[in-house]
Amino acid sequence: MQALVNRAIEGFVRSTYGDEFWQSVLRRTGFANASFDALLDNDPNVTAQVIAAIAVALGKTKEEVLEDIGTFLVASPKMRPVRRLLRFGGADFVEFLFSLNDLPARARLALPELDVPQLTLREHRGDRFRLRVVSPPETPQRYGHVMLGLLRAMADDYGALVFLEHHGDAGAEELIEVTLLESRFATARDFSFADSPA
Amino acid sequence: MTVSAQPDNGLGIERLLDALCPMHAILCRCGQIHHAGPTLAKLAARERPLEGMSIFDLLEPIRPCDAPDLPALLAHSGARLHFALRAPPRTELKGVIMPLPSCPPAARPDAVGAADHAGQPAAVLNLSFGISIVDAVRDFALTGADFAATDLAVEMLYLVEAQSAVMEELRRLNNRLNGARLDAEARATTDMLTGLGNRRAMERALEDVLADESVFSLMHLDLDFFKQVNDRFGHAAGDHVLQVAAQRLLAALRSKDVVIRLGGDEFMLILPGVINPVQVDATAYRLIDTLEKPISFGAERLQISASIGSGICQPHRGMDIEALMREADTALYAAKAAGRRSHRLYTPSLGQIGTRPMMLTHPAGRG
Repeated sequence: MQALVNRAIEGFVRSTYGDEFWQSVLRRTGFANASFDALLDNDPNVTAQVIAAIAVALGKTKEEVLEDIGTFLVASPKMRPVRRLLRFGGADFVEFLFSLNDLPARARLALPELDVPQLTLREHRGDRFRLRVVSPPETPQRYGHVMLGLLRAMADDYGALVFLEHHGDAGAEELIEVTLLESRFATARDFSFADSPA
Repeated sequence: MTVSAQPDNGLGIERLLDALCPMHAILCRCGQIHHAGPTLAKLAARERPLEGMSIFDLLEPIRPCDAPDLPALLAHSGARLHFALRAPPRTELKGVIMPLPSCPPAARPDAVGAADHAGQPAAVLNLSFGISIVDAVRDFALTGADFAATDLAVEMLYLVEAQSAVMEELRRLNNRLNGARLDAEARATTDMLTGLGNRRAMERALEDVLADESVFSLMHLDLDFFKQVNDRFGHAAGDHVLQVAAQRLLAALRSKDVVIRLGGDEFMLILPGVINPVQVDATAYRLIDTLEKPISFGAERLQISASIGSGICQPHRGMDIEALMREADTALYAAKAAGRRSHRLYTPSLGQIGTRPMMLTHPAGRG
C-alpha cells in the first residue's frame, strides 16, 4: 500500500513538475532512492517527509499538495486505470458517491494487502452527502484531502457541479461534506454550504 | 405474477422484464422475437429490428445443439443453455428459457392448435454474457445502465479491470526488479575495471566448455613488470595498463575464446579447440608479443610483458578442472622461473622439483 502511495506521489510530481523537481525533492528529504517500487512495503514516514518537502518546494500547504494528488489520481491520463475503476462505481455522480462505501472492499478484492482508508458515505437530504474518511491508524497519512481532490475531479468527470468541504479531523477520522448543486445551481449559491449542520 | 395469453394487452410485462432482465427476449411459438430487452437490442444493433426476427436467425443454439425451433428449446426449460450470436463477433451467451405460464407446456410442442398460437408470446428467453462479458462490453459499448441493477456484471468487470491494473503494475515492478537482477548478475561476474569476466565468470565458462565436451587449452597469464609500472607511475597507470592489456588480449584472440581477469595482474584464458602444443605455444607468444608493445599513458610509454603457463584438456584425460588449473599454474611458475616473457606448456615433469622445464619452440629472435 505504502509503495503504491509513494508511486502515485512520484507520478504526480514527475508528470506535473518534471523529473528535475522530483530529484530536488528527493535530495531535500535526503532520500536516495530515485524511484519507489510499488507493491513493496515502504516506510510511511518517508512518504510524510516527501509530502512535506513537496509542499515547501511549491510554497503550498501539505493539504493543498494532498488535494492536488487526489485530483491527479483521477484527472491524469497516466492514472487512467484509477479513474476507470472509480467510474465503475456508478452511472452518475450520486451513484458514484454511494459506491465509495464499497471501495475499500473492492480494492481489497483486487489487492488483498491494500490498506485503504475506510470510507462511509451517508445521505443528508437529497443533495447533501457526508463522507467519513478513516485513515489506517498505524500510518501518519491522512487521506481526507486526497479524497477531496479525488471527489472534485470525479465530479468534473461526471459533469456534476458539486461543493466540497473538508471538516477538520479528529485523529485518523476526517469528514468531507459533498453538496450536489446540479440544476439548482442558482438557488444553491444562495444556500450557505459553509455552515455544516452540526 | 400472472400473465394473460393475450399478446398485446398492455400488461407491461415488457417493461417489467426490461428492468429486471434487460437481455431477455419474449418469443412467439414460431420462434419470432415478440419483444427484445434493451441490452439484447444493443447486441443486435446492426441487424434489422429484432421484433419479428426469428431468434434462430439471431442466435445459434450450442447447447442444446439440436434445437431448430422453439418447442425444441422449450424442452430444455429451466436448464442452462448456451448460444452464440450468428453475426460477428459471435459472442457466446448463457441463457435460460421458460414458457409463459398460460401457454401450452413445452412437453406438447405438437399440441393441437399450436399453429393458431404461432404468433403469440409463448416463452421468455433470458440471456447473459458469462465470461464473454469482458469482450462484449468492448464490442457493444455497454455501460452500467445496460445491466440489471442486481446484476454482478459490473462487479465482475470491476474485478477484471482492477486485476489487469494490478498485473500491469506487477509487470512493471517485475521488469524493474529483473533489470536490477541482471545488472547485479553482470556486476557479479564482471571485473569492473577491464570489463572482462571475473573468477565467477570463469567457473561458468569452464562449465559451459565442459558441457559441450569440447577440448580446450587453459592459459594462466601473469603480467611481467606490472608491479614496477604501478610503483613508478601510480595506480592510475596500473589500471590503464590492465585495461589496455585486456583489450589487446581480446583483440588477439577469437571471439569464442574466453578472457578472465582473476584479479591483480593475473588472467586466465580458455581457448576451445586449441590442443595442439605447437599451436598453444604460438598463440601464447603472440599474446606476449602484443602485450609487449609499449602502452601510452599521458606522456609516458609503459612497457610490460607476460608469462604464460598452459594446460591442455584432452578428451581422454577426463574433465578435472582443478587439476587442469593446477597444471596451468605449475607451468606459469615454470615460465616465471625461466626468466619471464615466456610460455611453458605443462608436462608431468614440470611438477617435479628440480626438473628443468621442457622448452617449446618459439619464434626465433626472442631473447
